[in-house]
Amino acid sequence: MAQAAPVQTGLHDCREAWARTIEDLAAADPRIVAVVNDSVGSSKLGGFQKKYPQRLINVGIAEQTMVGVGAGLANGGKVPFVSAASPFLTGRSLEQVKADVAYSNVNVKLVGQSSGVAYGELGPTHHSIEDLAWLRPLTNLTVVVPSDSWETAEAVKWAAEHEGPVFLRISRMPVPDLAIPNRVFRVGQAETVRDGDSLAIIACGTTVHLAAEAADRLAAEGIRARVLNMATISPLDRDAVLAAAETGAIVTVEEANILGGLGSAVAEVTAQARPVPIEMVGFPGFLPTGSVEWLFEQYGLSPEGIVAAARRALSRKGA
Amino acid sequence: MSLPNDPLPLIREKALWMRRRAFRMVFEAQLGHPGGDFSAIDVLATLYFGAMRHDPSRPDDPSRDRFIMSKGHATGAIYTALAAAGFFPEDWLDTYMRPRSLLNGHPNRNYLPGIETNTGPLGHGFPVAVGIAIAGQIDGAGFRTFVLTGDGELQEGSNWEAAMTAGHRRLAHLTLIVDRNRLQQGAGTEETNGLDPLDDKFRAFGWHVEEVDGHDHAALLKVLGSPVGDRTRPLCVIASTVKGKGVSFMENKASWHHGVPNAAQFDQAMKELA
Repeated sequence: MAQAAPVQTGLHDCREAWARTIEDLAAADPRIVAVVNDSVGSSKLGGFQKKYPQRLINVGIAEQTMVGVGAGLANGGKVPFVSAASPFLTGRSLEQVKADVAYSNVNVKLVGQSSGVAYGELGPTHHSIEDLAWLRPLTNLTVVVPSDSWETAEAVKWAAEHEGPVFLRISRMPVPDLAIPNRVFRVGQAETVRDGDSLAIIACGTTVHLAAEAADRLAAEGIRARVLNMATISPLDRDAVLAAAETGAIVTVEEANILGGLGSAVAEVTAQARPVPIEMVGFPGFLPTGSVEWLFEQYGLSPEGIVAAARRALSRKGA
Repeated sequence: MSLPNDPLPLIREKALWMRRRAFRMVFEAQLGHPGGDFSAIDVLATLYFGAMRHDPSRPDDPSRDRFIMSKGHATGAIYTALAAAGFFPEDWLDTYMRPRSLLNGHPNRNYLPGIETNTGPLGHGFPVAVGIAIAGQIDGAGFRTFVLTGDGELQEGSNWEAAMTAGHRRLAHLTLIVDRNRLQQGAGTEETNGLDPLDDKFRAFGWHVEEVDGHDHAALLKVLGSPVGDRTRPLCVIASTVKGKGVSFMENKASWHHGVPNAAQFDQAMKELA
């Protein structure tokens, strides 16, 4: 196992951590190759390309073949990281992801860059908020949404060591590293960011630090909110969800469409095993024009919005 | 697998056996795609008994030649080829499409040795083959990658992304075989969404093109047995074939794409395939 990534101060674009990590891993493992769709720059792979020109396979603007080529490279003994803007990697080549990667169960790592609403004003064609709903049902595919730079680096390292298909959802919006002592990345296991038993806030990706901030505000009023970082969306940590349900109220938060994403995943578990009021914070569908910051604010992906959702959930508790 | 000096008698024998066995599978299951099985079987017999280096006891050997059946519905052809070549016991063919059978209606690499990738939706196998050939090119490996597509399948745009990529990267160890039977599920290819001139299309994409009678084992062996062309470009073999080849009432009939025989038709076919 490679050395743990450093925890940084300030705000960071997780793509930087991805790029640093994949370059380091490639130095140690000649099987690692990158496959892109003219996305060297947006995947921050300029350094990789300079160091390993033969191992950077740019198929041009051809996402279907990009994913198929990734599956073929795995067949030929490589460990391919197929990296492209998430809306196109997941949307344009969804059938390749299903048949060539997940159903074939091959050792391909899909890296969706600039996921969620990172492209803000460019609009819904360039937003990747449906990706969790599309990928979550695919058997064999592990879906990981890192919350910060540290977790991004750890998830990339884990993906390189894991034999099997993985989707990593990398964000572009700068976020702080979560201040959690002695952090260990465990795929498939929720990470406790704040402990509490008044209610549980289950978040992923760029929204985890917002959920932590919301919990701190609630704590000032004596409301003890548990905050879980649910970085692995599939397979979901059922035990953590059921334990969260024991608090009597759940808020889910995600930079994704609430139809089919993290909130749906949590509700699938609780509805069948332990019904509980859930408030889902996320996006309802195609979004109006606006910056990423404006969209977050507008749809309640903010400490204020999450606090409000927590109050709604608490008001339904035991109802 | 070591091959005899003249593999043609073996190829002929195996192709006949594959047709009879595939038709029995389809008859017993009352499911399948026999028209496309029979147009491709001579190509597969030539590959597995004359052209490819493979060892059924080591299906994951990194140096093996690869074959991908991109028209994954032609399971009667690929399953009988793999059984004939010894990848799995012949009696597995009796389970074709039964509940929990390893022989699904489309091939699954996690069920059967010898399957390289799961195909079924069209336009998938060719890009995967390109990826395998790129891996070989990076490593300077000597193995060859063969992929067979239907002709109607080439209406899928992903194939042309793959063709462009292979031509651009000069994947000389890649061979595409087009099963050019000129019929797709519903009608002729040229009346549906025409492909001609197919040879010019591939040449324009940077490929060396050979056209061959897809039922002439000697002609197939000549173009598939050892790399032909200038050996700096991928090879496209356009195999002129007949859908349902070998059974009089099936030949050139689009309805036999997924038609299945009744008992009288089965008996008639067995008489003709002798």
